[in-house]
Amino acid sequence: MTATDLGLPSMGGLDLVPTTDEPQKAKEYKSDQEVRWCPGCGDYIVLNTIQSFLPTLGLKRENIVFISGIGCSSRFPYYMNTYGMHSIHGRAPSIATGLATTRPDLSVWVVTGDGDALSIGGNHLIHALRRNVNLKILLFNNRIYGLTKGQYSPTSEPGKVTKSTPMGSVDTPFNPVSLALGAEATFVGRAMDSDKKGLTEVLTAAAQHRGSAVVEIYQNCPIFNDGAFDMLKDPGEAAQRLIPLTPGEPIRFGPEGEFGVTTTGYGGLDVGKVADIGEDNLVVHDPSIDDTAYGFALSRLGDQHLNHIPTGIFRQVDRETYDDQARAQVRQAQEAKPGDLQALLTGKDTWTVE
Amino acid sequence: MSTSANGSATAGTEALSASRPTEVNRLERVVIRFAGDSGDGMQLTGDRFTSEAAAFGNDLATLPNFPAEIRAPQGTIPGVSSFQVHFADYDILTPGDRPDVLVAMNPAALKANIGDVPKGGTVIVNTDEFGKRNLAKVDYESNPLEDDSLSAFEVHEVAMSTLTQGALADTGLGKKDAERCKNMFALGLLSWMYHRPTEGTEAFLREKFAKKPEVAEANVLAFRAGWYYGETTEAFGTTFEIAPAKLPQGTYRQITGNTALAYGIVAAGQQSQLPVLLGTYPITPASDVLHELSKHKNFGITTFQAEDEIAGIGAALGAAYGGALGVTSTSGPGIALKAETIGLGVMTELPLVVIDVQRGGPSTGLPTKTEQADLLQAYFGRNGECPVPIIAPATPADCFDIALEATRIALTYRTPVLLLSDGAIANGSEPWLIPDVSTLPDLSVTFASEPNAPDGSGEHWPYQRDPETLAREWALPGTAGLQHRIGGLEKAEGKGNISYDPDNHDKMVRLRQAKVDGIEVPDLEVDDPNGNARVLVLGWGSTYGPIGAAARRVRAKGMPIAQAHLRHLNPLPANLGEVLASYDHVVVPEMNLGQLSMLLRAKYLTDIQSYNKVAGLPFKAEELEGVFTDIIREVTAV
Repeated sequence: MTATDLGLPSMGGLDLVPTTDEPQKAKEYKSDQEVRWCPGCGDYIVLNTIQSFLPTLGLKRENIVFISGIGCSSRFPYYMNTYGMHSIHGRAPSIATGLATTRPDLSVWVVTGDGDALSIGGNHLIHALRRNVNLKILLFNNRIYGLTKGQYSPTSEPGKVTKSTPMGSVDTPFNPVSLALGAEATFVGRAMDSDKKGLTEVLTAAAQHRGSAVVEIYQNCPIFNDGAFDMLKDPGEAAQRLIPLTPGEPIRFGPEGEFGVTTTGYGGLDVGKVADIGEDNLVVHDPSIDDTAYGFALSRLGDQHLNHIPTGIFRQVDRETYDDQARAQVRQAQEAKPGDLQALLTGKDTWTVE
Repeated sequence: MSTSANGSATAGTEALSASRPTEVNRLERVVIRFAGDSGDGMQLTGDRFTSEAAAFGNDLATLPNFPAEIRAPQGTIPGVSSFQVHFADYDILTPGDRPDVLVAMNPAALKANIGDVPKGGTVIVNTDEFGKRNLAKVDYESNPLEDDSLSAFEVHEVAMSTLTQGALADTGLGKKDAERCKNMFALGLLSWMYHRPTEGTEAFLREKFAKKPEVAEANVLAFRAGWYYGETTEAFGTTFEIAPAKLPQGTYRQITGNTALAYGIVAAGQQSQLPVLLGTYPITPASDVLHELSKHKNFGITTFQAEDEIAGIGAALGAAYGGALGVTSTSGPGIALKAETIGLGVMTELPLVVIDVQRGGPSTGLPTKTEQADLLQAYFGRNGECPVPIIAPATPADCFDIALEATRIALTYRTPVLLLSDGAIANGSEPWLIPDVSTLPDLSVTFASEPNAPDGSGEHWPYQRDPETLAREWALPGTAGLQHRIGGLEKAEGKGNISYDPDNHDKMVRLRQAKVDGIEVPDLEVDDPNGNARVLVLGWGSTYGPIGAAARRVRAKGMPIAQAHLRHLNPLPANLGEVLASYDHVVVPEMNLGQLSMLLRAKYLTDIQSYNKVAGLPFKAEELEGVFTDIIREVTAV
């Protein structure tokens, strides 16, 4: 048996979602619910950024859905004046998969955290990514459990001392970007909560991407893990550590652009001084490379101490989506032979009692 | 009354006809069990014999019984697979207690099944498999065909492997491949013995092996060889005829429970005019629902084989949120994994059909065997006060109607519904009076289109309820002006915002319960022919057949007994309390340790006698006949 060729055209992520000519404002995306995150929580900035960014897409607001799991960030849908579901721990990608598969006219967003997406919901995340369902997954990574009051998370650095690990955690953490690439994600990006411009750029590209897009957002938890990303925000240090990724440009960073990324002998990447590497030997960023090894190598530049952290889009490739194909199969079956219920129920082998 | 078969006879296929005069014995009913190694094709053989019986117009019921292992070690007892078919000239209710005829393809099949054959029963064995090694594998110290251990039976020794190989000698098929056709030889022999129509089987074989015509022809040849063997040898002096059954007028087909269930879901999608999304994960014995539905995409059905049970139901709920008919199917431990999402469905008040094809438990339990021990889990197996409607089909064909009924309840009341089938119903088959689709219920739904806030604010209140059904409105994403958020946190009545208010929670808990309690279900009908019974037997699910057959036997002895069967388990029919109170004694047979009995005692404060067996197999009519007879005698003696 061979698979059926579905002959699907290439599309953008929002091509089937109705648009409006009415100009929209960020305010229209705010629900009437009082936002109840802790004062100073990074989630506020992300919420504001998303509420400002969504109007730029020009979509009908009623065709946008936010689905979340459980955790601090998962309260997000309540604050959006769109459709939304605050579901159960870790399961948002599966619920969103069912919705996206049956409703191509919706822009479906999953809001999740490091615990929700990578611990209890790890399985759903990787399978949504490999299937390439047309979902945008916002992974708020604060490297701690906030809602349950401060246990270590699957992205906490080794040795993390928390309520549940008084002698330090002995787990090796996940690198969410590496994990997503390993799961065949077609779009992987990363941004800082505080970087409105950078986050908006990645979110815009994610929204336009057809298929699963996962965006890791480094987000500060001021209560249980305050300052986790300070070294990436400190004016003196940030430039030494953050590696902005710009497609088509050599990868350079540092206050004067004095550092760069080059290849190692084993297919990996490393950072060094441009002066040592030589400008011609700098890696030119290309997120459209099909081989996930490149994006993976980029994701490994930073270790758990956030020494070198690329931000921007690691990978952005075209691959047919699960939901487009599933719908095409249904459509093709319907066109080939419209369902005839009486004929189905009757079947081939019958007998008549007179 | 007469019957006519319009089966799948094709040109070039001629019916085999008997010419040798044999004594023809007319019977009302017969039970045949085909047993062999799990690689011997016994399920296919039984299935084909069933189709022949169906095409002939007999009433029938079947019981497949096979190991969970795909290929357990060859020739061993754990590897035995069997298929029992009961067919008759009247309407029968069960696959039969004991086989009148056992076809044993090897010593293991003989050993595992001979205990069920009544004295005087017929045993047909494939002697080729009764070598020393195979006998030793199942600890037969001497060959049962040579000692006198089978003297109570009418034993026919047939060298099926050799005869099949001989018949296929000229086909060019290798010895081993030829030998594999021996199940068709057995089918041919039995078809001759019982005057079964053969065109359907030959057409079936040619279609099944369309891509390997040489294999198709080999199987047809083996089938014919079996027929001719019966016809020409003197070994079989008698053939048997079972006249067509006098079933109600109409067109029939044979159907298994899982197929009927899948067709019911297809029909539910058509009758509700909703796209269907089945989100599921393969698990025995529910997987055939997925297999069947995946074939019917042309009815607007999407089947999503998820990464696990949880994702299966999650996708179904997500689809329901978007306005599709969300369905999930599972069995055994799978229903435990779905519990949390069922809770979310109860909290978000979205329609969802949850199919649980119950199997032996706990844990992995007995994957291929039947049980009805998930009832209390269906009732109570979630955190919090989490009521869901529960319904259960009584027979394989009833699965079609029960799927429509589950959908009606889910859509009308915006709630997950638990549909409890079981392994016996799922794999068992029976004739089905094919419904006229114009008579199927209208399940169409109305989605919210306007803001509904009672205060005239122009807002949409997602938890505003229909005063009759207490269902909330189904407002789909994409509907302008109705944007709202739902979720697993407690909701304020009406407005639907998160609420931690104590009184609100108390009210919402009671509202969710009242909604399920208020579901309209038909009154329970009691079968009490003379109205003088003092004992009522009450069942649910697949026990319908054996209970009914046992009740008939008891009545035939002149003892009155009333029978009633629950299809709706939550809520229970409104007249149930009255029914229970109107009998001196109520007995509830269940394939669990008394789950329904416990519920009934608690709810109606009435004494219930629970009769339980948890053997992985359906009750036998004979067994229940004994139980009922004893009870009636006791009650009457008082």
